[in-house]
Amino acid sequence: MSLCAQEFSDYALRAIGIGERLLPKHDITLCDQFVLIGSGMMWNIYFAVLAVFFGFFLATAVALARASDRWFFRLPAKAFIFVIRGSPLFIQFFIAYEAFVLIPKMGIDINLGFTEITVETRWLTKAWLGALIVLFLNTSAYTAQIFHGALMSVPKGDLEAADAIGLSGFKKFRRIVFPAMLRLAWPSYTNEAIFLFHATTLVFFSSFPAWRQKGDALYYASYFADKTFDPFIPYPIIALYFVIFTLLLTLLFSFAGRRLNRHIRKDHQ
Amino acid sequence: MFEYCADPGSLDSLQWWSCYLTTVKQVMFYKSFGTVLALLFLTAPVILLFGFGGAMARRSRVLPLRWFGLAYSSMVRGIPDIIFFMFALIALDQGIEYIRHITLCPDWTEPVRQGNDFVVCPQAKMPLSSAPQWVHQIYGFFLAVIGFAFVFGAFAANTLYGAFQAVPHAQLETAAAFGMSRAKMFRRILLPQMWVYALPGLSNLWMILIKATPLLFLLGVQDIVYWAKELGGAKTARFTYPHGDWRLGYFLVLLVFYLALTWLSERVFERLTRRVSRGQATMGGTT
Repeated sequence: MSLCAQEFSDYALRAIGIGERLLPKHDITLCDQFVLIGSGMMWNIYFAVLAVFFGFFLATAVALARASDRWFFRLPAKAFIFVIRGSPLFIQFFIAYEAFVLIPKMGIDINLGFTEITVETRWLTKAWLGALIVLFLNTSAYTAQIFHGALMSVPKGDLEAADAIGLSGFKKFRRIVFPAMLRLAWPSYTNEAIFLFHATTLVFFSSFPAWRQKGDALYYASYFADKTFDPFIPYPIIALYFVIFTLLLTLLFSFAGRRLNRHIRKDHQ
Repeated sequence: MFEYCADPGSLDSLQWWSCYLTTVKQVMFYKSFGTVLALLFLTAPVILLFGFGGAMARRSRVLPLRWFGLAYSSMVRGIPDIIFFMFALIALDQGIEYIRHITLCPDWTEPVRQGNDFVVCPQAKMPLSSAPQWVHQIYGFFLAVIGFAFVFGAFAANTLYGAFQAVPHAQLETAAAFGMSRAKMFRRILLPQMWVYALPGLSNLWMILIKATPLLFLLGVQDIVYWAKELGGAKTARFTYPHGDWRLGYFLVLLVFYLALTWLSERVFERLTRRVSRGQATMGGTT
């Protein structure tokens, strides 16, 4: 007897549209729930990984702009951080979706040199791109605030030392300021990454429709809770998945954090 | 509202707007802002209570209680809050109905779980199916308050536990040297001082709570998100006030509302921080 083999082949990739078309309707087994909710986790991980990855770069840029002496860098960065951090992600999803729907449908040809692709604006109304953009902007603002705080607490001595050995401009930033900022920001940044990972459950719950029932873990969990009217099975399952992946994420970040701090003596930490 | 509103089709734009913005449904939209604020101000004390309980449990000298406190306060780190909402609400609803079921209908023999259904006797329904609409709404709101308090209480437990730990140990040693009992030490030394350390965390939590209030919509309460969707949707010419899809506009209003709320809260917390750190042996207290 193989464990959930049938369900696995039917539903393991259901969240991206491969496998059985119809979701289980009656005689829902534990296997169905485990496999399908796990399949939905792919979306949560997809959103979290890409948003955090791209968000890192925008956040660094926004944090630097926020710390700039020039008002035309500083003020837009401040406004961006204020609007995103001051409003619920839920509302941001709604607004983005309504705005994306209003954009006229068209295709834009982009020449990549070796091949030509057509970028279509209707992709924005789909979760894979539209929700990703919202999550990306959201995490960028929160992370920018964290990075800005860290940037402000980079020790003055480090900067003076950098000046003393003749570093300046981009080199000084790359070698001294940026690593120190990351090191200081890392614990809060870990928290933000966890928050964002958890926020991915909002995607299909707010405005973005799950096309052909391709949804994330919470989409399937609530589907099962609706069908069986028994919350005591699907929700603990999704909770288990999230606990496992959050632990994984924490481990990954603490590994990176240790690498950032590797030159610092242990008794100084 | 106004007398000239009898035939909106014939009005010019200013009058049309004055009529549109004062329809019964619009007024319900305005009132739902009150629902959100009511939720915030009603849940805040309950959250503190839950958080306090959790933190106390985690500090307890009884081992199982300590484990419970630890589990409660760390669960929110691993599991998205929305899953808790979805779960806690149905679980609470079914739990209440089940308890009423076994107390009110002891001679009911059929099982409560029949395949995919959850069946309780009619008297145990909560609220009773004969109850008026507003009872259903109040009950739903009440469940939402409990759900919010449960989830955010866990956040608060974390913050308060950290604050208890942050009170300088020398203070407690001095109190012990004066011969204070554990309870007295807690009341006179620990409790008054921990608020300074708890405030940054609690203000952060308040911000998170504000930004979590749209979840009320998911819990089936007729809040601002519900009305924004309802009123903003395109209305055909069959309606008294036909208009296109205005949802974007309505959501922008909500955005402004939330920005104002968080901005205002930030100012209040700044003042509060200055107030509680007065006379404390911290950097903020000495200036």
